[in-house]
Amino acid sequence: MSLSVSIKKRLGSFTLDVSLETNGGMLALLGASGCGKSMTLKCIAGIETPDSGRIVLNGRTLYDSQARINLPPQKRRVGYLFQQYALFPNMTVAQNLQSAVRRLPRAEQKTRIAEKLAAFRLDGLEKRRPSELSSGQQQRVALARILLSEPEALLLDEPFSALDDALKWKLELELMELLDRFAGDVLFVSHSRDEVTRLCERVCVLTDGRSAPVTTVKGLMHAPNTISAAKLSGCKNFSAAKRTENGFECADWGVTLRAAASDPAVTCVGVRAHSLRFEPAENAIDCTVTRVIDNVFSYIVMLKTPGGGPLRMEFDKDRYAPPVAGASVRVYIGAEDILLLQE
Amino acid sequence: MDLFPLYNSLRIAAICAVIVFFTGIAAAYYIAKLPRLLKGVLDVLLTLPLVLPPTVVGYLLLLVLGPKRIIGSWFLEVFNQKLVMQWWSAIFAVSAVVFPLMYRTARGAFESFDETLAQAGRTLGLSNTYIFWRIRMPCCRQGVIAGVVLAFARAMGEFGATSMIAGYTPGHTATIATEVYQLWRIGSDELALKWIAINVGLSAVVMLAVNLLERRNRSPRRRLPSAEVRT
Repeated sequence: MSLSVSIKKRLGSFTLDVSLETNGGMLALLGASGCGKSMTLKCIAGIETPDSGRIVLNGRTLYDSQARINLPPQKRRVGYLFQQYALFPNMTVAQNLQSAVRRLPRAEQKTRIAEKLAAFRLDGLEKRRPSELSSGQQQRVALARILLSEPEALLLDEPFSALDDALKWKLELELMELLDRFAGDVLFVSHSRDEVTRLCERVCVLTDGRSAPVTTVKGLMHAPNTISAAKLSGCKNFSAAKRTENGFECADWGVTLRAAASDPAVTCVGVRAHSLRFEPAENAIDCTVTRVIDNVFSYIVMLKTPGGGPLRMEFDKDRYAPPVAGASVRVYIGAEDILLLQE
Repeated sequence: MDLFPLYNSLRIAAICAVIVFFTGIAAAYYIAKLPRLLKGVLDVLLTLPLVLPPTVVGYLLLLVLGPKRIIGSWFLEVFNQKLVMQWWSAIFAVSAVVFPLMYRTARGAFESFDETLAQAGRTLGLSNTYIFWRIRMPCCRQGVIAGVVLAFARAMGEFGATSMIAGYTPGHTATIATEVYQLWRIGSDELALKWIAINVGLSAVVMLAVNLLERRNRSPRRRLPSAEVRT
């Protein structure tokens, strides 16, 4: 089982250049809004055509610019779960499901639809219109409809982005349960590191249309190696850096920091807001507190560094008493907490 | 009272409504997919009959359909039949005048259609024909129906281009509009008022239909997805 994608597409000044391979299971495509995630999915589904490249699904070529192959979406067998589910509003639930199996004989249609209605807990809703369903039910109908068309791969386009937190959590659990029954590969598009951490094991980061090599989610969260990956993993503090004999000279913070590792290609270092602490460690920075923000379970302390650049520090409320604005404090960073990054 | 003008007006308007239903929808659907510049040019050209005086449209049609003009003379030679001064000649004139109404309303309806529905249909393996007639058209139903009704109403009242291309022959090419004009010319107030009453009644019915359609259009047909589960 594998979906392998390597495509390029120009859209005005924006260039999409994506290479990824799923290799079974669920792969996350993580990136900020407008970085080309949806466009990538649309190219895979055949709704948009790339300028060049290749898309191969389980050995079947869906698109190949050199061999001039470009299958229409109807022949690709790629299921696409849209953000708003794209249920046909003029049809009932049963009709929506039936549209995906309309080429089969009547009797066959009926048994398959009945089977999916039961599996997706949609019994009794056959006659409802999509507008009369809750979003959870809509999502189940959309998934049931997609699976009835028997796709070989599934594309999920930010299925939870339009929902509030409580509902998001509920639908996420439901989706995980339903996807367990799907044998093919799944490509899950998201801009949320939390969603990706919970749902996927492997991830491909997309920045301004360019994809990074596929890595494990754990690896990305603990040791990102580019600025964009670090940002997506939740890192808040960055400084341009130059390697010197003593460590990394951080221009924005006006200090030289010692890191646990070293790499000559490093152009930037990152420090997570949670890594800053008041207990002594390898690196110390004398800062001025500019602001203290009272969060739900934590304090966020904004600091001004000797280099002028800001630092954001965050700690649980029971860990330290919050400093006051204007105070001078010395914060420490462990050598192993310095993220070494490249552009 | 000879009711031929009513019959003739109704059949011309009905035929024109059918013609512009298909041509207007086809134009709206295909032009929406064109590159911006070409779209702009075609849009202006196709909407022009709406703002041109009908006499200008009639004149332009006579320039090609007249018995001595390019298409008209060819048709006369091949089929021994004149294209003007027949009851059905009015179909050319009326279709040209009402086409923009259908085209514009259909385009507006198509533009508000959620394109992801068509995309979802294609990834589900549905043919483009199925998507057009079973998803796109039903979703745009209100706008399309409103366009047809408007086109029909306007077709009933067309006078300028019709009178130039079909003329006024009692019992042959007369329509309500040309009949009233003729009755005014000969000073037959009594009959003219009867025709006016018929015309006002018809128009009122049509506009009522349009308003009812629009009201149904405005009422919220699609509720927002709600969190509560109703089972």
